[in-house]
Amino acid sequence: MDFTLTEEQGAIRDLARAFAQKEIAPYAADWDRTHEFPAHVYEKMGAQGLMGLPFPEAYGGAGADAIATALAIEEISKADGSIGLTYAAHMGLGAAPIFLFGNEEQKREWLAPLAQGKGLGALSLTEPSGGSDLAGSVKTTARLDGDEWVLNGSKLYVTSGKVARSIIVLCRTAENQGHRGLSLIIVPHGAPGLMIGKLESKMGLHTSLTTQVFFEECRVPRENLLGEAGQGFRYTMQVLDGGRIGIGAMALGLGEAALDASVKYAQQREAFGKPIAEFQAIQHMLADSAMELEAARLLIYKAAALKQQGKKFSVEAAQAKLFATEAADRVCWKAIQIHGGAGYLTDFPVERYYRDNRLLLIGEGTSEVQRMIIARDLLANAYE
Amino acid sequence: MPYNIVALLKRVPDTESKITLRDNAVVTEGLNFVLDPYGEYGLEKALQLVEQHGGKVTAVLCGPADAKETIRKALAVGADDAVHLSDPAFEGGDAAATARVLAAALKQIPFDLIWSGKQAVDQDNAQVPERVAELLDLPHVNSVIEFTLAADGKTARCVREVDGERDVMTTTLPAIFTAQQGLGELRYPSLKGIMGAKKKPITDWNAAALGLDVAAVGAAGAKFQVIQLEPPPARPPGKIIPGDAQTAAQELARLLHEESKII
Ligand SMILES: Cc1cc2nc3c(=O)[nH]c(=O)nc-3n(C[C@H](O)[C@H](O)[C@H](O)COP(=O)(O)OP(=O)(O)OC[C@H]3O[C@@H](n4cnc5c(N)ncnc54)[C@H](O)[C@@H]3O)c2cc1C
Repeated sequence: MDFTLTEEQGAIRDLARAFAQKEIAPYAADWDRTHEFPAHVYEKMGAQGLMGLPFPEAYGGAGADAIATALAIEEISKADGSIGLTYAAHMGLGAAPIFLFGNEEQKREWLAPLAQGKGLGALSLTEPSGGSDLAGSVKTTARLDGDEWVLNGSKLYVTSGKVARSIIVLCRTAENQGHRGLSLIIVPHGAPGLMIGKLESKMGLHTSLTTQVFFEECRVPRENLLGEAGQGFRYTMQVLDGGRIGIGAMALGLGEAALDASVKYAQQREAFGKPIAEFQAIQHMLADSAMELEAARLLIYKAAALKQQGKKFSVEAAQAKLFATEAADRVCWKAIQIHGGAGYLTDFPVERYYRDNRLLLIGEGTSEVQRMIIARDLLANAYE
Repeated sequence: MPYNIVALLKRVPDTESKITLRDNAVVTEGLNFVLDPYGEYGLEKALQLVEQHGGKVTAVLCGPADAKETIRKALAVGADDAVHLSDPAFEGGDAAATARVLAAALKQIPFDLIWSGKQAVDQDNAQVPERVAELLDLPHVNSVIEFTLAADGKTARCVREVDGERDVMTTTLPAIFTAQQGLGELRYPSLKGIMGAKKKPITDWNAAALGLDVAAVGAAGAKFQVIQLEPPPARPPGKIIPGDAQTAAQELARLLHEESKII
């Protein structure tokens, strides 16, 4: 077992770190306050080759492995959670399904522009009636009319939905067939009948554009079906397995940022005549945070390594996502505690990390859903 | 017209790393290494010149066997190929001994101009490129902050900053130039560059390949001996002067006058 990064992984992490610390970190607090969408950052990330990190060079990607991809998400998120989420969702949700299930033509038309950073990708699963139980909640329908799919329904919480070049939509193409009636269809920006609802006002992740999306007799070409009809649920579960590594990496980045800020503050701030870092109570918080982040890191890299090797990684990804996001929640909580009153002010970054991380215990499967996945596997194997 | 440009680079510990010392040397184990920032400015200029005029950039680095990873950083940002000068006999050399190795290598590499950092941030010697220039009998301009090549391709115009003044110099090529901060930050590597760096050629030369006498290089060839190496004393903590603006200013003036004797 070798825990060292390969040279390429290290170089990609260094690039993402240098880029994030220079082009993103100094502005993150401002963007959080103004909610201004930093479009130019994604252009620069595209020019650098970051937007298509894990996809093959043939489509304009970089051909990097899953660990390098997690490292890049971690570094970007360390600087700005909103950009981290937009980035992770772009690759893991908006582009990955086309790479995994698309045919050659679809990859040329829909994956390549995303991999080259010429637009953002989105995936729309959740509906007003629910996100955890997708098979039971998805009511959006798509029916074939000649050479076109006609979509009707409404979706919630679509990350980047407002600006995405393409939105992959989970919809029902056959009635009364439960999860076997679901399919994934690519809906391009500006498709007739596609309406983008209002931007949601959120606790954090202020420049990640979360929107409602409506389909009213929305027409897209028949060729926009991804893979086979009726396989949409299975595809979605597979996509979410990969996406969860990205969400875990995001949490890791935010947690690291919170711990770095805590260490710095604890050494500067004095109380009772000495730096608060000298109090054991503070040291214990720092030590626990460092340990939890290290454990999260190992779970994330392990899940990514399994994915890269083409092995099963669903349970590992669920564990990594669950542990990393909840660990980062504790780390950010402690970071505010260590900062005292200052931690509660927006003058310091730790409250932003706390708010930004909070979504990660909910999106791409809540913590409860992750526990369900882990327990199901445990129990199923116990009876074998 | 196209130019063959050599960028002399040095591998140095990351400026953010904690340096520990043992037996009068820096403990390299566990250190994160980077390209020396001044060398990076020179490399950036070399890349820009080749973008404008065509040609190629060869990165040359003298360093231990495990410096390959650092060399590939230069290839990732766009150097076309690299030469790695590595031999246990090269280790422990002073500026003169290292310059001998570099000069021997440069005799085997066709070049129109050479870029180097004006100094390296690890030892701040600021001697190696000057010594290489002497050994190769080349003109040399140091601490360059602006650089242009004349249209005839035979001369270069350099600007240096000297005591707040701009010092403009021209020289014929081939020549050695050293980069000062302000010449331009090294670009980020692109992902394509990172993934492609492994496919670019790195030539390895040791003392034998360069026909160098091992007694003249490395520790054996060094005229310069480190007697003792110790970390700088810790900086005393800053002082906060309490009170309203008027009394604080008075106290500050008193301290500057009486304690630090600046005014
Ligand atoms: C900022 C943001 C961005 C998002 N981005 C996207 C996106 O890009 N695409 C997309 O499709 N969706 C997106 N979502 C939606 C997100 O994935 C869902 O909110 C999430 O899956 C939970 O679904 P829900 O909100 O409907 O909660 P519900 O499913 O209604 O769950 C409510 C509560 O019940 C719990 N619960 C549900 N079922 C069980 C059970 N069986 N056992 C125990 N507890 C249970 C849940 O854990 C939760 O605590 C986003 C959400 C937000 C807030």
